[in-house]
Amino acid sequence: MIKLKSIENRNYIRRNVILILLLILMIVVISLLAPHLVPNDPYETNALYRKGAPNLKYFFGTDKLGRCIFSRVIMGTRTSVFSALLVVTASLTTGTVLGVLAGYYGGFLDRVVTGICDIFLAFPQMILAIGVAGLMGGTMTNAILALALTGWTTYARLSRGLVMALKNEAYISAARLSGSTGVEIMVEHILPGMAGELIVNASLQISSVMIGFAGLSYLGLGVLVPEAEWGSMISEAVGYMQQAPWAVMAPGAALFITVLLFQLLGDSLRDYFGVGRGGYE
Amino acid sequence: MSMRKYISGRFLQLIPVLLGITFLTFALLSLAPGDPAQKKLSAQGVAVSKEILEETRREMGLDRPWGLRYINWLSGLIHGDMGNSYKDGTPVAGKLIKAMKYTGILSFCAFLSALVISIPLGVYCGVKKNGVFDRVMRWFCLAGNAVPGFLLAVLLMYFFCLRIQAFPVIAKGSVKGLFLPTMTLALPLSCRLIRQVRASVLNQMGMEYIDGAKARGVLKPYILIFHILRNAMISILTVAGLSFGTLLGGSVVIETIFMWPGMGKLVMDAITARDYPVIQGFVMVMAVIYVVINLIVDICYHLLDPRLEEI
Repeated sequence: MIKLKSIENRNYIRRNVILILLLILMIVVISLLAPHLVPNDPYETNALYRKGAPNLKYFFGTDKLGRCIFSRVIMGTRTSVFSALLVVTASLTTGTVLGVLAGYYGGFLDRVVTGICDIFLAFPQMILAIGVAGLMGGTMTNAILALALTGWTTYARLSRGLVMALKNEAYISAARLSGSTGVEIMVEHILPGMAGELIVNASLQISSVMIGFAGLSYLGLGVLVPEAEWGSMISEAVGYMQQAPWAVMAPGAALFITVLLFQLLGDSLRDYFGVGRGGYE
Repeated sequence: MSMRKYISGRFLQLIPVLLGITFLTFALLSLAPGDPAQKKLSAQGVAVSKEILEETRREMGLDRPWGLRYINWLSGLIHGDMGNSYKDGTPVAGKLIKAMKYTGILSFCAFLSALVISIPLGVYCGVKKNGVFDRVMRWFCLAGNAVPGFLLAVLLMYFFCLRIQAFPVIAKGSVKGLFLPTMTLALPLSCRLIRQVRASVLNQMGMEYIDGAKARGVLKPYILIFHILRNAMISILTVAGLSFGTLLGGSVVIETIFMWPGMGKLVMDAITARDYPVIQGFVMVMAVIYVVINLIVDICYHLLDPRLEEI
């Protein structure tokens, strides 16, 4: 009974993952082709049509300088997706390398890495990111750095725990007996064993990084002003929300949909790999 | 007796973490580009000449080695001295304490509202598993987790302040102005908590002691409140405690949007003015608050689940 249900479930989960991956692929394609997809120049101002309502030329209306909001939202996809991927790649590699080394070699190195992790974990992530970005000055690079600086601990802790569990398995001992070096064992035998957990965590992190990045930009600590980014677009348009609500709603909706998709991806991948907490039954 | 031992043990563990926090926040300041003396002078609007710069550097102790500066700073910190603001020269600690009251009120109200919203809803979803309400809440929570705090703030502001005009746009610390920022912080947190409450209620409902209680003829509402909910509270508290960090982080944005005069507003003003000691103090105080709250959560577990004492 349970077996049967789980096979059915598995097909359902796989279909889910593929569907969401396709939708995300669409967003990535949009972000890659953004400059060719925009109907208007996202930086061109139109003094005759400022805070204009949506029409056929400007699908989502115009902002206070008369720039096409639709084009800016499309261009913003690029900033959002790429900054998120950059942060996740940076924190994933740093965290995993440190965590695997600490877990595999143990001893002093382990104590140092765990200690540093504990200190970073004592800070609420967004607070540390705001502090770092605020001290270094608000640019896109600094915002990415700030988010990566707070994100790596998750992977370090996760991979350290996984390595500690895996390294006493018989096949690791066998590899060591047959003359594999430490690096070979870590790369060829341990990393594949924990790929599922890492992928699930990375996909869950993407959505939180997007929220964080948009939040930093909203505060003026991310992307610099003329650049099209959802968070800063919203922040700029709040002032005239009453006259032109579309200037807030359009980037807001784009941000919401993208974050939601990446969250769904994380949830469905978690079900697919069967890792972590059971999620929502 | 062992409870007291546990609590004192946890307090001892706090010391290296607190040291680490101070070290990292002190190191953060060196991330800021340029010379601190020059930044201090330009924040005060003083024309920088070489003599004044040298004088300020000596005053600030910048001619001494880095390690010594950290120890000096730390000993000042123990005496409650977090340095002076670059901008107006007043003590950072005083500024933070004044603002802390407002952030405290806001996060406390938000935390409480989140619990008040999520516990009944989560329990109901768990009891009527896969019912219509449960399905609706599931999608609602999923969507609620995908809305960034600042977007929710802006949307709530648009509908409640501009459309219905039920609340003032600028909170400025008034009671009526507290409602919207509280809701902005509480709603996403509730979305996370509802899922957690539902999962732990379901988990507890499957336990054998519930069957036992039912067999003994204990009334259902009694079982729900005194057996299921009590045990479910342990895991609910864990998630709630961890979420407090998100709440503190979110409060910066929310305070800025609603002009709530808390620490978030203070730090954003400090960032604009390049008032680095205030930023530094803010990051440190927030970390300490977060660590202390997690300690309290840990202690609460032990009060809720006496079995943990044996471990």
